Amino acid sequence: MVRPMRVLLALLLIIGAGIAPAVLSGPAIAVERDKTLRMAYDADPISLDPHEQIASATLQMSHLLFDPLVRFDKNMQLQPRLALRWEKIDERTTRFYLRPGVKFHSGNTLTAHDVVWTLNRLKRSPDFKALFEPFEGARVIDALTVDLITKKPYPLVLNLATYIFPMDRDFYSGNDQNGEAKDAIVKHGASFASTHVSGTGPFIVTEREQGVRLVMQRFPDYWDKESPGNVGEIVFTPIKEPATRVAALLAGDVDFIAPVPPGDLKRVEAAPCCTLVTMPSTRILTFQLNQKTVEAFKDPRVRLAVNYAINREGIVNKIMRGFGSPAGQLSPEGFDGYDPDLKPRYDVEKAKALMEEAGFADGFSVTMIAPNNRYVGDYQIAQAVTAMLAKINITVTLQTMPKAQYWERFDAREGDILMIGWQSDTQDSANIFEFLAMTPDPKTGYGQYNGGSYSNSEVDKLTLESQTMTDKTARADLLRSIERILYDDAAMVPMQWQHLSWGARKNVLIEPVVNSIDMPYLGDLVIE
Amino acid sequence: MDAIRPAASFLLQRLVQMLLVMLAILAIAFAVRSSLGDPIRELTGQAASASERAELREELGLNDSWPVQFGRYLKGAATGDLGTSYIYKRSTLGVILDKFPASFELVLAASLIVVLLSIPGGIYCAVKPRSLGAKLVLGFSVLGVSVPVFLTGILLISLFSVLWGWLPAFGRGETVSVFGWESSFLSLDGLEHLLLPAVTLSSIMLPLFIRLIRSAMLDELGRDYVRTARAKGVSRIHIWIGHALRNAWLPVIAQAGLQFGNLLAFTLLTETVFQWPGMGFLFLEAVTRADIPLITTYLVVVGAIFVVTNTIADLMSLALDPRVSLEAAR
Repeated sequence: MVRPMRVLLALLLIIGAGIAPAVLSGPAIAVERDKTLRMAYDADPISLDPHEQIASATLQMSHLLFDPLVRFDKNMQLQPRLALRWEKIDERTTRFYLRPGVKFHSGNTLTAHDVVWTLNRLKRSPDFKALFEPFEGARVIDALTVDLITKKPYPLVLNLATYIFPMDRDFYSGNDQNGEAKDAIVKHGASFASTHVSGTGPFIVTEREQGVRLVMQRFPDYWDKESPGNVGEIVFTPIKEPATRVAALLAGDVDFIAPVPPGDLKRVEAAPCCTLVTMPSTRILTFQLNQKTVEAFKDPRVRLAVNYAINREGIVNKIMRGFGSPAGQLSPEGFDGYDPDLKPRYDVEKAKALMEEAGFADGFSVTMIAPNNRYVGDYQIAQAVTAMLAKINITVTLQTMPKAQYWERFDAREGDILMIGWQSDTQDSANIFEFLAMTPDPKTGYGQYNGGSYSNSEVDKLTLESQTMTDKTARADLLRSIERILYDDAAMVPMQWQHLSWGARKNVLIEPVVNSIDMPYLGDLVIE
Repeated sequence: MDAIRPAASFLLQRLVQMLLVMLAILAIAFAVRSSLGDPIRELTGQAASASERAELREELGLNDSWPVQFGRYLKGAATGDLGTSYIYKRSTLGVILDKFPASFELVLAASLIVVLLSIPGGIYCAVKPRSLGAKLVLGFSVLGVSVPVFLTGILLISLFSVLWGWLPAFGRGETVSVFGWESSFLSLDGLEHLLLPAVTLSSIMLPLFIRLIRSAMLDELGRDYVRTARAKGVSRIHIWIGHALRNAWLPVIAQAGLQFGNLLAFTLLTETVFQWPGMGFLFLEAVTRADIPLITTYLVVVGAIFVVTNTIADLMSLALDPRVSLEAAR
């Protein structure tokens, strides 16, 4: 791009050169090898250790530096990656046949030992251990065959195999120069694994200044020779401020951004330079009605009334500008528990009638808490709901706060109505029920995010039952029946499924590589 | 000897003052720690169990009362350890010092713009108060003060980066390392990246200084010595620059020292808009992620910077104003 300002600056520089000639150096010209992707996200991963934290940034990074055994494609179908194929040996054992000749960045060759080692590490990661709790362990059959063994029959072995990104056992074994174990998982301090990587992924980290820049080069020995991806280098810059992120894309300073703020969706879509891709995610945004603090919320009629009083369609259209899908249940479409018949409710007259029937025609006053920087549209939605509940005489005192403050309040259930968004880590409905709908029990951890303390023994029983059901059809029936109970009981107030957004320059073909679980497979990205 | 002793005791006094300021800041920082947010949430995923979280909380010493945490911090500080950042996993002081050059150069560039534009602008408005030019300059300066710095930044990006494509929209671009100091001033790319943020940051101070210089100049121009000089036939330029401006300097310098701190505060916004990898941006990041050790050290460093710049401003007015002595400055 021609930049006239350069001329002016060049003049200034020449003047400056007279003052400080010794230290002057010309601008370096970037050497273009293959295609370079300059991308900007709102944040960069805080660690290169894939097991330190379950967070989008970590998992997105894992798909660049590592490969999972299997992964979901765009249609939520499983795709073989490092596992060529798999089969069920018995009720509790699934055998994976690994791809031969896969190299780690260190030059080591992937074997079944690496998979076993990785699973063991996952089982001691504070963040992942809960997910991998159903697993007893893994067993090496031969160099390229490995068995994953669960404690009980477990229906989600393959879903969890998407989290098994084999790490280079030899690379991460032993001690670093400080005498610390290289495989240590440290959450709040330095560790070998947080700054060193050897995976099998399409990219190698070549430069990293945390919070500023992450440069990755394509791994020359990457196993997937058939991948259409032609990106040789990724320059990743976090740009926290949404307006700047969009401006950088429109100005051509970066090629690919995410997320695109809702206010700029139209602008990016209309820009001739760029493409916008949006799609529903699997994250459900819901309100919970605290039965511990508000007696009235123990009455299903009141909970129903609240559900009927809220115009989700209106919120999605007016506040989210279409960037969200109104929800009547927790499971997103594509999950086994999703029931297309459970439509979002909206009928203010019915809501008023229900309030009257329950003896609350004159309404009552409650508090509501919501974060203001956690979910897209979070505090605006809370405001809209506050106004809508006023119509059925529920006076809501709303308090919104940054996420750093919010979770403490949520954990203490300091609110009569609480907002929470939930994305199932297992890509399965049962996970949502376990955390949001089951009776809270600190011992088992179930109901950890059930802010309403809603309790239904049927929901508890069926959810536990689903954990060991391996007949997919019967299990889906069961999950749908749970979803129906929650709907009839108005257990909480599902609002909408959040949407995802990506913006890219026209020549960057992102559409085929992005998906509803927000894990762009940039190894397969094509730049024209 | 006589000249050195008061100077030394002045500096010593300022040093003590700095330590007291930092201790006071620290005490406040520790007292409000618990309301800064919960770092545990930022460090763990949604599925981490309550016991995992409790364990981590204990490990980080977050369960202790704030005086205990404060005491532990002071003990560490005595050995030069100001804590480890949760997100950067390195010494907090190291992280902040790494970002210092970026912020310093941004402030420096903005100050340069302010100095280069406010002096001629202020003088012009004072000597030609009724001219159209003066009204335009003053009008613009009202606009400059009233538009929030955030908006100025976005506007400049929209025009210069998106619409015309002349300048980059974000970041620091290429830097040149001089004795370990990463400088933007020494490469074209660096300067291009620096221009918009610097202009944005200067937009806050520029109007203020134009008005300050203008009113100080007007004050001086009305004085008897100016009239006497005019009567003697001294050229106008000489009167403006040589006499009036020299006397008008003093309040301006004093203000400059005070405003420098403000400038530092405004870097927070500017750096956020332009993704400028400086201390202000770092601080906001630390606040959103509840990186408590990093927040604490940032406050200490900024407190130190305030005291140092004020000391420099005092020394400068001392050098410029023969009426003020070190004794009085104390």
